Amino acid sequence: MVDKTLTRMDLAEAVHAEVGLSRNDSADLVESVLTHVSDALVRGEAVKISSFGTFSVRAKAARIGRNPKTGEEVPIHPRRVLTFRPSHLMKGRVATGNKS
Amino acid sequence: MIRSELIQRIADENPHLYQRDVEKIVNTIFDEVIEAMASGDRVELRGFGAFSVKKRDARVGRNPRTGESVSVKEKHVPFFKTGKLLRDRLNDN
Repeated sequence: MVDKTLTRMDLAEAVHAEVGLSRNDSADLVESVLTHVSDALVRGEAVKISSFGTFSVRAKAARIGRNPKTGEEVPIHPRRVLTFRPSHLMKGRVATGNKS
Repeated sequence: MIRSELIQRIADENPHLYQRDVEKIVNTIFDEVIEAMASGDRVELRGFGAFSVKKRDARVGRNPRTGESVSVKEKHVPFFKTGKLLRDRLNDN
């Protein structure tokens, strides 16, 4: 199995091939999709893309952490983290596509 | 926000595009990510995050109701890691 890494450019290329927009416009639209998803998450909204998955923002409480090297206690401030829950379709495709 | 709202927002910003093309664009992007992961590839979107595939080793599981041992085969699962910029934006840095 040859593992590749796809980037924005590959997504833009797919849009270009599928819809026939110029590469430049395709790249702008990929960016625009990512921006809208990010902005919604930053506003605290969950983003549910049916048959893809759900991005949701969770608030984590403050807790005392420890520097594992020095054993020193350090406060960890309350923060918001993003979690992604893949759809059943995605899980199924990934499981069957990577079967050895 | 759901898929149709995302499509609507992109359509509103691009009045020169047909709604059905915007739909196709948004669907192509998400489908491409799934296809990549189905082939074992990663999708790295700087500032947003990275989608990758993680291998879960075979293990002996247990039926929680009966306590019976069952063998669970090795499997691959999708994984998303939030990008630094988005993580920082979530915490208004």
